[in-house]
Parts: sequence; structure tokens; C-alpha cells
Amino acid sequence: MQILSLAWKSLRNRIFTVALTVTVIALSVTLLLGVERIRQEARNSFTNTVSGTDLIVGARSSRTTLLLASIFHIGNMENNISWASFEEFSEHPQVSWAIPLSLGDSHKGYRVLGTSGEYFQHFQYGQGRFLQFADGRNFTNDKEVVLGAEAAQKLNYKLGDKIVVSHGTGDMSFHDHADKPFVVVGILAATGTPVDRTLHVDLGGIEAIHEKEKQAETGHDPLAALLSIDDHHGEAAHHTDDENHHGETVRHAIGKNHLGNEPEQITAFLLGLKSRGAALGLQRAISTYGGEPLTAAMPGVTLQEIWQAIGVAENALLAVAILVVVVGLFCLLAVLMTSLNERRREMAILRSVGARPRHLFTLMVGEATWVTLLGTASGVALLQILILFGQPLIASHFGLYLQAGGINGTQLILIVMVCLCGALIGLVPGYRVYRNSLADGMTVRL
Amino acid sequence: MKHPGNLMPPKITSKTVAQLKDVRFRWNRRQAEALNIPSLTVAPGEQLFIAGPSGSGKSTLLSLLAGVITPQCGEVNLLGQRLDNLSGAERDQFRADHIGFIFQQFNLIPYLSTVDNVTLPCRFSHIRRKRAEQAGGSLNGEALRLLQHLELDDQEMQSRSVMELSVGQQQRVASARALIGSPELLIADEPTSALDSDMRSNFLELLFAECRERSTTLIFVSHDKSLQPRFSRALSMAEINRPSQAAVVPMKGKS
Repeated sequence: MQILSLAWKSLRNRIFTVALTVTVIALSVTLLLGVERIRQEARNSFTNTVSGTDLIVGARSSRTTLLLASIFHIGNMENNISWASFEEFSEHPQVSWAIPLSLGDSHKGYRVLGTSGEYFQHFQYGQGRFLQFADGRNFTNDKEVVLGAEAAQKLNYKLGDKIVVSHGTGDMSFHDHADKPFVVVGILAATGTPVDRTLHVDLGGIEAIHEKEKQAETGHDPLAALLSIDDHHGEAAHHTDDENHHGETVRHAIGKNHLGNEPEQITAFLLGLKSRGAALGLQRAISTYGGEPLTAAMPGVTLQEIWQAIGVAENALLAVAILVVVVGLFCLLAVLMTSLNERRREMAILRSVGARPRHLFTLMVGEATWVTLLGTASGVALLQILILFGQPLIASHFGLYLQAGGINGTQLILIVMVCLCGALIGLVPGYRVYRNSLADGMTVRL
Repeated sequence: MKHPGNLMPPKITSKTVAQLKDVRFRWNRRQAEALNIPSLTVAPGEQLFIAGPSGSGKSTLLSLLAGVITPQCGEVNLLGQRLDNLSGAERDQFRADHIGFIFQQFNLIPYLSTVDNVTLPCRFSHIRRKRAEQAGGSLNGEALRLLQHLELDDQEMQSRSVMELSVGQQQRVASARALIGSPELLIADEPTSALDSDMRSNFLELLFAECRERSTTLIFVSHDKSLQPRFSRALSMAEINRPSQAAVVPMKGKS
């Protein structure tokens, strides 16, 4: 097109303003696509925190609480469930596998999860990905621990290191089970899920670290027992500022009747079914279970529910990004409109050599389109560069694994929308020039 | 106006290049008539000089001839075509195909090269593009040939930005642009006012030579009567235009 090459040459003549406008649009497009990318990645990483699990079962509570506590390790379950319930449902004919989960202990701020070997066999995240060992192996007895990737890295643990688990979940250890150290036998590969920040031990290990506790508590005031055990942190304040923890301790003590490694209570369990279709029926069966009040949550559905609640913030973020693009396009409009007056003579000359008003109209729309295309292309390129160089930082700080390249459908739609809006912006000065050129004819009144 | 595909578009041969009959024009209803031209005829190949002080309606007359504006009543014939019967878009196309313009100054597009400035009309007129390609072998060839005729053949000068050229050189580039594709009519509005007298006569000679070579009719408007003897015919605005000083009578018709 003759006119588009004219528009291009005209832009080149005003390189400075044009470059500024292109930059503004590029930055706004980078922001928009970046926000969209992070939004999707956050949603993916969130909703893919657990997959392949059909039901999560815990004590009667809201499904959200159950899922947050058992998978994200956010908050605590108010009640535990009995081992008997776990055994009952893990032997249900529809159940293919079952993973017990026991939470409540921590190590230097990282949650300790008591579970079984099934965990490493059946737990899935992302699109059906299984846990993998970066180093070492699964635990084979109750004195071994498998570390999540981030926990291992941040705490700088290697295979063979001995670690001590403390009861309670706060940053400060309430009482270290110093006499029951665990040996690091495995380190998991990074998953971008809470697994990375978790220490995995055998259920028996959890029980074992509470043995001493139980013995100490027998026949004593529980609080006094706690104080006497906690050699390193003698201040009572440590205990009293966590009522829940205190309660849990008591529960552990009460529930314990024998010294075997089989636990009396667990926090929750995960079920994998033989057929997905059985999930609803089993969910109902669990809810109405006579043994104790239970809740069963379908992770996919519950994750979506939680995300929808968080999604408001996510949409607000996207709205802000869209507004920034709108501001960028208005910058383009302002630049084009202010250039019109100084270009009136140019327009008149073009008219005199035969350009019709529609040519001038096309010229303006063409210029706007060129600037938007350039800006958008630069924005996309900038984003890729940022992801390429910022990826390790984003991954380590936010657990988001962004990948350069690959523009998906939504982003493509956004890009096309921005370009269309840019062309539409050109209609305004285009119309103005069209009117001017009809009124001015070929005489330039300045 | 439709043009036959790839064939060389023939020049329109008409007994008159321009013919105005009983043309009356006013800018708007509240103003007095700007133009009242009982009759004006321009013959093919003529070099017509129209003299008149500023404000005498020269520019309005040129706008009428170019079809930029249409009269409230009367006929404007250009190359046998009634301009006042054409739509705005058709008049635009007609003008692009058949009329070249040279203005007093500031004629060139700053962001285009000398050659691109010269070939500019061919971007908007198929007819002129065809003619230029036929005459010069190629569009750029024709532009260079014209520049050479107008004594602008210095390679270095052609590669320079048009804004670095002198006023006289710029005016010659503008003339080459008006002449490319051999339009039937060349309208020049005070093209020599910005030139000093030596350059002025030199410029006129080159312009006349080019017009003769391609039998282009020239309508040249200026307030400078000293140029008058060089033209084949001269008229003054006072002879052409007889605006009625009578009270303004509301008129029907196109506005």
C-alpha cells in the first residue's frame, strides 16, 4: 500500500516523539501481558497444587479449611480423625489408594508432614506429575526424613544430615524433640507447590516424637510437663501464645493408649478412586459416616472455589493493566492530535498532489497502526526478555515457573485487541484530518 | 472516471481546457459574492497570465478551476467535463489525474527524498503514473529526467534532504512534481514570489519549455505584472471578475 509506506516515512521523520510513544505502548503491553501471564501461571500453579486425588477427607469442617490445611498447610484442622476411619475408607472397594496425612509439627518454620510411602507413589500435582527425587530415596523407617526442594535449599541440608523436629507449627520451636533426630535420606525435585516447603516423615516418626511427651505427661499437669520437656526454651510465654498447639498436645496425650508405631490419630487422608464417577457417592458416604463427623472435599472443585474468591484481586490486577494500556493508547492519541496542527501544511500539499481526504484518513490510521504494532511487538519482545532473565528470581521468590516463548490464546486475543484499539485510535485524528482537508482544500491557512 | 486497464490513457483533447460560464460563488450566505464570472475560456496550450492584487479572488478562482469548491450557480467545464456535476470524490480524482499545482512556497514533503517528492502525484493517479512510466521508462527515471531538465541533475543534490535545498531548487522540484505524468493543465499560484529576479526568469524559462514540450496548458496567477509580457495571454482579475456590489440576494442551489 502506497499510503502505508508514506505513513511509515512520515513516522520516521518524527522519530523522537514516535519512539517515545512506541516505548509507552511497549511498556504498557509488557505490563498487560506480564500480568496476564502471571495471573494464569498463579492460577495454574494454585489449581494444580494437587491432582489425581479424588477426595480429601478430614474432620468435620468446611471443605476450604480442610483443603487449605491438608494441602497448603495453611491454618490447622480443629480436630483430628481416628486411624480407624482411615482404615475403614482405605479398604472401601472403590478406593484404589489412600494416603494418610498428619500435620502439627514443624522444623525451623517448615511444616513436617507425617505420611506413608504411598505418598511418593500416588501424590500428584500439575498435570498428573508425580513427585520425583532430586537426590536420595524414600524413607524406609520412622527415623528418616525426605525434604522438599525449598526446605532443603534454604536450610542447606544434605543427605545424611540429622535434624530435630519440634512440636507446634510456629516459627519458634516450642519444644524440640532433640532425642529423636531424623536423618535426611531424600530430597525432592522442585514442584512449585507447598510440597517444596515440607519435611516428610513416616507416620510412625510423628508418633515416636510424641512418645516422650506422652510419658512425661502421664500423671502430671500437662502444662508442667511441657515446661519440663522444653529445655531450650524455658519461657512459658512460648506455649501460651499458641492455644491451638497446646490443645493438640493434650489431644495427642489423650489419644495415646499404646506404644506401637501405628498412630491413633491423623489430620486427614487423601483418596484415589478406581473410577472418578464414584467420587460423589463416596463423598456422601463419608459425610454421613457414623463413626465420627467427617468432611470429604473434591480437590478440583474446592480449589476452583477458593480461586474464585482470590480471583477478585486477580481481576483487579488485570483491570489495572488494561487501564495502563488505555493510558498508553491515549498517549498515542495525544501525540497524533498535537501533530495535526503542525502537519496541516503537509496535508494540504498531499491534497494538492492528488491525495483524496480518504487517503489522508488512511495515512493517520496507518500511522496509528504502525505505532501500535511497533509498540506491541516491542512489548512482547521485552516481556520475553524479562521472563528469560527474571525467571530464576520469580521462581525462587514466588514459586511461579514462567517460561519464555509461547503466546497462548488469551495473550493473542489481548495483543490483537491492543492493535485493533490502536487502529481505532487512528480514526480520531483521521476524521479530524478528513474534515480539515475538506474545509481547507489546498489552501493552507496558518 | 474510469481508466482502461494497462493501456496508455490518452490525453483528453478538448477545444477548451477550461470554460467558465455565469459562475457565481460566495463563501457563505452572509457574505457578498466573491466571484461573478460571466465568461472565461482557456484554450489548449495557452500560457495564461492572470494578474490581480491580493484579495481580488485569484485563489478562489483557482479553487473553482481545480474543483476544490463548486459555484452556487453557473458552469465550470474542465477538459470538456462539467466539474460542478461531479461528486467531491470524482472531482478529487479528476484533479489528481489532470491538474498539476505549483504554489508559492513550502511545497515539498520534508520526509520524502527529492525523487519521492517528484513522483508523489503518481501515488494518487493511475493515469499520471502510466504516462510517467511511458515517458521515462520508469517512474524514478521520469522523475530524474524532469529534474535534469529543470537543471537539478546533480546526484549529490538529489540525495540530500529536500529541506536542505535552496528556495529556487525547491521550487524546481515542485515544478517537476507538477509536471510528472504530463497533466493537461498546470496551475501555478504565485510560484515566483519567493525567488529573486534572476532566478525568477530562469525558472519561468524552464517552466515554459517543459509546458511547450508536453503541450501542457499553464494558468499562472501573480500580482507581479512585470512577468506578464512573457505569457501568450494575460488577463487581470478586474476583467474576469465582476462581483455585483448590489445587496445580497439569497440564492438557492448548492452551498
